[in-house]
Amino acid sequence: MASTPDVTEQHAGLSNEQLLDMYRQMVLIRNFEEKCQEGYTRAQIGGFLHLYVGEEAIAVGSMAALRPEDHILTHYRDHGHAIARGLDPKALMAELFGKATGCAQGLGGSMHLVDVSKNFWGGYAIIGAHLVMACGMGTALKIRGDKQVVIVYFGDGSTNGGEFYEAMNFAQLGKLPVIFMCENNLVAMGTPIEIHSAVTEIYRKGCASDVRSERVDGNDPIEVYEATKRALDYALEGRGPSLIEAVSYRFRGHSAQDTQKYRTKEDVEKHRAQDPIVTFRQQLLNEGILNEDQDKQLLHEVEQEVAEAVKFADESPVAEEKWLDPQSAYANPIPPQA
Amino acid sequence: MAIMSVREALQSALHEAMDDQRAFIVGEDIGHYGSTYGVTAGFLEQYGPERIRDSPIAESGIIGIGIGAAMLGMRPICEIMSVNFSLLAFDQIINHAAKIHYMFGGQINVPMVLRTTNGWTQLSATHSQSFDSMFSYVPGLKVVAPATPADMKALFKASFEDPDPVIFIEHTLMYGVKGEVPDEPYEVKIGESRLAREGKDITIVTYSRPVHLCMAVADDLAKEGIECEIIDLRTLRPMDMSKALESFRKTNHALVVAEDWETHGMTAEISAQLYEHGFDYLDAPIARVGFKEVPFPYARNLEQQVVVTPDRIKAAIKKVLA
Repeated sequence: MASTPDVTEQHAGLSNEQLLDMYRQMVLIRNFEEKCQEGYTRAQIGGFLHLYVGEEAIAVGSMAALRPEDHILTHYRDHGHAIARGLDPKALMAELFGKATGCAQGLGGSMHLVDVSKNFWGGYAIIGAHLVMACGMGTALKIRGDKQVVIVYFGDGSTNGGEFYEAMNFAQLGKLPVIFMCENNLVAMGTPIEIHSAVTEIYRKGCASDVRSERVDGNDPIEVYEATKRALDYALEGRGPSLIEAVSYRFRGHSAQDTQKYRTKEDVEKHRAQDPIVTFRQQLLNEGILNEDQDKQLLHEVEQEVAEAVKFADESPVAEEKWLDPQSAYANPIPPQA
Repeated sequence: MAIMSVREALQSALHEAMDDQRAFIVGEDIGHYGSTYGVTAGFLEQYGPERIRDSPIAESGIIGIGIGAAMLGMRPICEIMSVNFSLLAFDQIINHAAKIHYMFGGQINVPMVLRTTNGWTQLSATHSQSFDSMFSYVPGLKVVAPATPADMKALFKASFEDPDPVIFIEHTLMYGVKGEVPDEPYEVKIGESRLAREGKDITIVTYSRPVHLCMAVADDLAKEGIECEIIDLRTLRPMDMSKALESFRKTNHALVVAEDWETHGMTAEISAQLYEHGFDYLDAPIARVGFKEVPFPYARNLEQQVVVTPDRIKAAIKKVLA
């Protein structure tokens, strides 16, 4: 093992153990989603299934910089964030299967993963809506003087709508502790960035509200970690929000039903060569942090963990019918009187 | 008993709410400007800018601020100056405030109050509407539309203390309306209607500003020997139809009055419930009075014929009883 202080310095202060854990999380996300695709094909999973394949370094790198007391809001492509935050893969897979044991009891599905005990406040499926909600959380933290931050994940496609600008303005006006993490995967559903955005370098859009902004390689978990750490420290110093643009690529379609007519095989292949998991693995091998045997063992363990999650989901009871009661939409039910 | 205006009753309720350190108010022109309808006048000076948050004109953001803060345990009071502007925040209100509790399996509550106003005064098509039925249509929301100062105060308190998102509908033409407000603490629960006037001939089911119009019409008609019973619903979702039905079973005649477009709206739902649960007691078709079905015109002579007026209410009562 070549764990010299110099190497640690290279890795932004992350220990070998942390690096291996990050690698493991990336592999777990990839493997979990491969099984999601299988479950979808078998109709065990319904609705929309938006896979994160290719973007794992962003969730894993950024979550590594956060603390348990920090808050997370994310979008509908949320499997990666949920796993990186340490949500139980069993409860996640059960949610996708629409089971009572799911993290949202089978009411949310793939797009609405949640676990409040981990300050993971859910995946949101209307583009841009959760950006202003992040400002609400930031406002709460600011008023209370809590030394916590909110991170909100969204795609490049969210930055053209009004709520992006409302949120950036609110956050900067109030110097709110919010990290805006834009996962630029170069396509908004099926429309390439050159066609959907007049400015293709998303971080430049931060200037409209004078928000501290930067662009990083979203395929490099360490680079994403460092940028998130900078934004976290900045927010904790009371200096306000940051916008991080992490550039990556989505290997799969927008959803599992997408035929991807908007891009060529060559384009996909070109990006495959920069697969963040392949690259990170090679880096860890080259630096002696990981060896082939460890890697095989790690992959084996991950496959087992995912297989157990699938088994758990499959064997779990279906969602409870108590949720058909109209009063179940309320925390404080008040039945109408006739 | 003190005599208070609706504005004063709301101010009193808001001050009480602000005693809770989790409370803050966010909205347009609520602070430095001094509040469009005067309700939060003086609040900025008393509570400071962290808790009286002047917002940019960004309605989606205002509601998003409320939702996010409520999720973290605050008690936000969001003000949307005119209900017409709430359309810019409908995604936040309907897709998020209303859905978050259920969609996440009951893990998250959104205890926020959205204060807003209905009303019209020659403001034409985009500034004169009401969306009572649109809010009330949505599972996950509670909708309150009180008529009297006493109910304003008590139902604001109930809305503020409720763990669910509540749409609290005020009326620009009602802030000056005065009434008795008890000095001692009192309670009005969300989802409880009120018998506003006793009578034996016809049941009028209504809420918000038309309650006052109906009361005046009832006084007039009493001189002709027609006794109207008036039910003030106070809450639109959950809707308490028990008093309205009890009255209908006695009078066998009903009129429904609301400042809402006449078809597809509140009067349609209220009438449907009267028919559904009171069909055997029906002596005449139920009538309804609401906004005439056009976008609001600017010209005074036209607007006067679109809105709910005592004359229209009176004519409808006579038609039902004919």
